[in-house]
Amino acid sequence: MSKTEAVRLAVRKTYKLYIGGAFPRSESGRSYAVTSSKGDFLANASKASRKDARDAVSAARKAFPGWSGATAYNRGQILYRIAEMLEGRRAQFVAELTEAGAKKAGDAVDAAVDRLVWYAGWSDKITSVAGAANPVAGPYFNISTPEPTGVVAVVAPADPLLGLVSVVAPVIVTGNTCVVVASERAPLPSITLAEVLATSDLPGGVVNVLTGSVKEIAPWLAAHMDVNAVDLTGVADDDLAVACEQAAAENLKRVLRPSAPDWSADPGLKRMTAFLETKTVWHPTGF
Amino acid sequence: MTTPLADVAASGATLRAFLHGLPGVDRVGADQRAKMLGTRSIKTTAKAEAIDLAIRMVDLTTLEGADTPGKVRAMCAKAAHPDPSDPSVPKVAAVCVYPDLVGLAVEALGGSGVKVASVATAFPSGRSSLEVKVADTALAVAAGADEIDMVIDRGAFLAGDYLKVYEEIAAIKAACARPGDEHGAHLKVILETGELATYDNVRRASWLAMLAGGDFIKTSTGKVQPAATLPVTLIMLEAVRDFLAATGRKVGVKPAGGIRTTKDAIKMLVLVNETVGEGWLDPDWFRLGASTLLNDLLMQRQKLATGRYAGPDYFTLD
Amino acid sequence: MFEYAPAPESRDVVDIKPSYGLFIDGEFVDGAGTSFKTVNPATEEALAEVAAASQADVDRAVQAARKAFGAWSAMPGSERAKYLFRIARIIQERSRELAVLETLDNGKPIRESRDVDLPLVAAHFFYYAGWADKLGYAGYGPAPKPLGVAGQVIPWNFPLLMLAWKIAPALACGNTVVLKPAETTPLTALLFAEICRQADLPPGVVNIVTGAGETGAAVVNHPDVNKVAFTGSTEVGRLIARSVAGTGKKVTLELGGKAANVIFDDAAIDQAVEGIVDGIFFNQGHVCCAGSRLLVQESIAEELLESLKRRLSRLRLGDPLDKNTDIGAINSAEQLARVRELSDIGEAEGAERWSPACTLPERGFWFPPTVFTGVAQSHRIARDEVFGPVLAVLTFRTPAEAVEKANNTPYGLSAGVWTEKGSRILWMADRLRAGVVWANTFNKFDPASPFGGYKESGYGREGGRHGLEAYLDV
Repeated sequence: MSKTEAVRLAVRKTYKLYIGGAFPRSESGRSYAVTSSKGDFLANASKASRKDARDAVSAARKAFPGWSGATAYNRGQILYRIAEMLEGRRAQFVAELTEAGAKKAGDAVDAAVDRLVWYAGWSDKITSVAGAANPVAGPYFNISTPEPTGVVAVVAPADPLLGLVSVVAPVIVTGNTCVVVASERAPLPSITLAEVLATSDLPGGVVNVLTGSVKEIAPWLAAHMDVNAVDLTGVADDDLAVACEQAAAENLKRVLRPSAPDWSADPGLKRMTAFLETKTVWHPTGF
Repeated sequence: MTTPLADVAASGATLRAFLHGLPGVDRVGADQRAKMLGTRSIKTTAKAEAIDLAIRMVDLTTLEGADTPGKVRAMCAKAAHPDPSDPSVPKVAAVCVYPDLVGLAVEALGGSGVKVASVATAFPSGRSSLEVKVADTALAVAAGADEIDMVIDRGAFLAGDYLKVYEEIAAIKAACARPGDEHGAHLKVILETGELATYDNVRRASWLAMLAGGDFIKTSTGKVQPAATLPVTLIMLEAVRDFLAATGRKVGVKPAGGIRTTKDAIKMLVLVNETVGEGWLDPDWFRLGASTLLNDLLMQRQKLATGRYAGPDYFTLD
Repeated sequence: MFEYAPAPESRDVVDIKPSYGLFIDGEFVDGAGTSFKTVNPATEEALAEVAAASQADVDRAVQAARKAFGAWSAMPGSERAKYLFRIARIIQERSRELAVLETLDNGKPIRESRDVDLPLVAAHFFYYAGWADKLGYAGYGPAPKPLGVAGQVIPWNFPLLMLAWKIAPALACGNTVVLKPAETTPLTALLFAEICRQADLPPGVVNIVTGAGETGAAVVNHPDVNKVAFTGSTEVGRLIARSVAGTGKKVTLELGGKAANVIFDDAAIDQAVEGIVDGIFFNQGHVCCAGSRLLVQESIAEELLESLKRRLSRLRLGDPLDKNTDIGAINSAEQLARVRELSDIGEAEGAERWSPACTLPERGFWFPPTVFTGVAQSHRIARDEVFGPVLAVLTFRTPAEAVEKANNTPYGLSAGVWTEKGSRILWMADRLRAGVVWANTFNKFDPASPFGGYKESGYGREGGRHGLEAYLDV
């Protein structure tokens, strides 16, 4: 290598939103500076507006029939594909997470991949576990099956990769579509994850990622009448959480309240069942 | 031809297409409806009216290998005067006997107004040639039977040979003609619903019998279980209701077999009342085929009249 | 016509006291609120004076429930089960009495309270009794814990059945309860309190506080209540969902509906007609899952409507205690006013209104079975829950259109499908966004079968294994 060769200037990435399978900038034209844990400038992230949130909900609604109507096997395949793509970009995520201040970034990426694989396997099993054949006292066939709730608005936890994967995977594996508000402080890995999603055969609109101010966007999503459920896991501000839950009451959204779980622990079924409806079908048995 | 549904039996294929095009019957739903109607509580004056109506609708029946002239004469006496001690008791609609006993019954009932019905067509199985069935019918008609209770060929029906069943009914209908008698003998067509098994078949067989010219459709021979259940009667009532709407011709219904108590009979009347209405609440359009029902009706009637429960020793065993 | 003589069920089996107190900590006590009268809606006769629970009364009830919670939740499940089995048995023993009382207080036909409500009430207690010592096998972990004190508010349409749906699973899971019955139908809940005493249920495990909306709000908003269960209108459900925000209380809501009952041209017509009648005229249409929107395939619409009208003209409206009555009284003057108002709106909107010839009794709250044809999706009678014997009839041409119209509502409690084609049933059942889909049947209930809605019809399930989740800390 020649000593005289100039240092190559890196080509930086523009971090945008992820809506309906595309990467638009915020319609508001706004952005905000994202810094590393040490305070160094990393990038300007898009600062989503309420209109971006609205567009994201539309995209999620549009994607719902196809995604919920896909076979469970197909959804499982796609979630597994996401894990494969994530694994392939391991180095990139380790770098981004490290810049965002993660201590053991490699472990976090591995855990996120493993979590996706775990949920991928649930796609065609959750119905058996959460459903039931009900022995009613009469000549009727009676069966209960879980179905996706619909469009879920998710406020992701601060943990920008494992936390995000841990809230999104259980929502979509059962057939819901979602709008996720990414970690406000460390949104860059979330947008990079969106690039993974975009290259994993996941239909556009199934996951939509917004970056920006949680306080600004979350209430719009919680109040949106075409959103069926809200996951407030990442809402750290108690007043905001209460306001969102109150707004969610208007159309009886299902609400998963804020929590700060240990993301490395066994997630259990709760995050899936919170966004499942039980449908019970009766039919006479006769000849 | 302007008669509605006249072309339905033009061929086996058209007949099959028509019968299979009838609305299906959901067994559980039909059972549930019949059961609900069975909970109707018919008391006091309504019960008294129902009992007398039921008596008037009875086809008092004996269809045993051991039937004798003595047995039939005794039954005829009872038919005309069910309770000799109470002249207010109405007579029954008809007696029902085997063809060889028709002449005897006609003689015994002469002038009473009680009709004589005869089973025919190789009753109860219907397993014989058309010639034999026609001859069987002609014998009874010639002996003076007012009504012929024929059985359909269930084997042909279950084999899907609807046209054969149709043609046989039509042939028997023709054999019911009697010189000098404009209408001839009334033809009741026994579907033997217990052998048809499904309610869809009961509906199809009902329509088949009506299309072929039956004046009445009847559930059962009494020799096969289940016989006259409430749901089967319900489906047949629906069929005559719909047939009237489609063709303008009214057909009667006769549940027979297993109707033993006043309660059973009143449930049948409720079924008629709430399915086809008062137009069928008449012995001309609804009959109860039974051998032991009459005495229970008489006992219940006496209970209503006296306020005391009655005992079987006070009613004749004929 | 075959006229049925009156066949009234005897009301002598019921001994209604002139006045009733609250049931707190195993005792009947006075309430501090202004007492109110509960009336027989069929006659407007006052049946009894009932105490109203004030905030302080509710507080006492919650304290009693809290006090009882420790021992009740610590009791082996097998012992809790035995209490519930006992209650189930006593309900069976006293079922005639309960049925008559339900009919008197609610206005529903005795045939329904006798043949539907009471058997289901007993069955519900039997069902959940059996779960009490098997919770570790229910799929919620090896030793799921109860939540604590459950505050339960129930409606007037199935007073005792809704009580059973609430109390049986709550107790089986080890919770204690404070239950508020509807103000127009408190009597069977108070008789149930007596049954709890006959069963020697420990004091405080079940508390019954009577009163109106304020009492209900006091129950729901009490800070020491851990679980809120409500069945009633979406409007009130919304308020409750809002009021529990930030409290951490677990909530289940079973709210309104505007169910589509979809009839395809190949349906078993006679049974479909029965299903339509059961769907909307069962319990005077006071049913959240009522099939209030009839969606009929256009090719058979005329024929079906003719059959339906003929059938409706056989319905027997009148004295709810008469064993032959099909349609009883509207539960209250207030509800009657609402049914009338929405029906008048339906007419004003241009839909064609039809009722069979039927004489309404002079006293009491009555509304004839009513069918609106020529209804458009945009009409209020096709969108608003009437909660009365009023059917809106719409037509469709294709299965996809049927699904689209059926789902075009903020509600999602139930739906009906009638077709003889199996694959179409499953296709429809897949696409109808409703918690219960009745295919070739309607309005069937069973303790083993989960019940509850999508969307604005609420959340959580009652019945079956799923019904346990609402009362476990999982």
